[in-house]
Amino acid sequence: MADFDQELDASGLNCPLPILRAKKALAALSAGQVLHVIATDPGAIKDFEAFAKQTGNELMESREDGGKFYFLIKKA
Amino acid sequence: MSEKKLAIIATKGTLDWAYPPFILGSTAAALGYEVEIFFTFYGLQLLKKDLDLKVSPLGNPGMPMPFPVPVMMQALPGMQSMMTSMMKDKMKKKGVVELSELRDLCVEAEVKMIACQMTVDLFDFKHSELLDTVEYGGAATFFEFAGESDISLYM
Repeated sequence: MADFDQELDASGLNCPLPILRAKKALAALSAGQVLHVIATDPGAIKDFEAFAKQTGNELMESREDGGKFYFLIKKA
Repeated sequence: MSEKKLAIIATKGTLDWAYPPFILGSTAAALGYEVEIFFTFYGLQLLKKDLDLKVSPLGNPGMPMPFPVPVMMQALPGMQSMMTSMMKDKMKKKGVVELSELRDLCVEAEVKMIACQMTVDLFDFKHSELLDTVEYGGAATFFEFAGESDISLYM
């Protein structure tokens, strides 16, 4: 897995909290820094794709492992 | 990218129907939208400082019940508060955000909330009962924003 600058554990949270928390965490980062998000909401896969597409932040990685979802988002 | 706009009219004042305007409003704000929600009629309950919303199975055959309850029984005293606390427990277990927290997130994200002055008067609400950030206006106020919105939703 690539390096990241900050981690957000959104496990157990449901829509729309993972996105709202990620947005907040990204706001505290500088351009080019990477946020690692851990989520358990299965809706998060499509939601993070849509979030990245609409905000211009890059979704570098999206993967599932043992019922958890992991995302790497690079701040635009 | 230029800022998109979302306009919502919120007309319902039950715990379940309080979620859609605040979920969509907060998410749209996170995606960079400018958001305005116009609260009218029972939707005004969503703006009360002291949120005390309920759900009722009455008149809502679509509500999944943990056990079958005949309609006549649903009208019994205590049923509404029982269903409300069961719904709140379920939401908590499933990691659904608490409504007051979701509303706070909307306020924080600068979602503009307008209370319909006509229905505020109709139901004798005091401005002091509603959130301090709320603005007051009428139909023309809604159209000023909705007229230039990309998305308008009625809930």
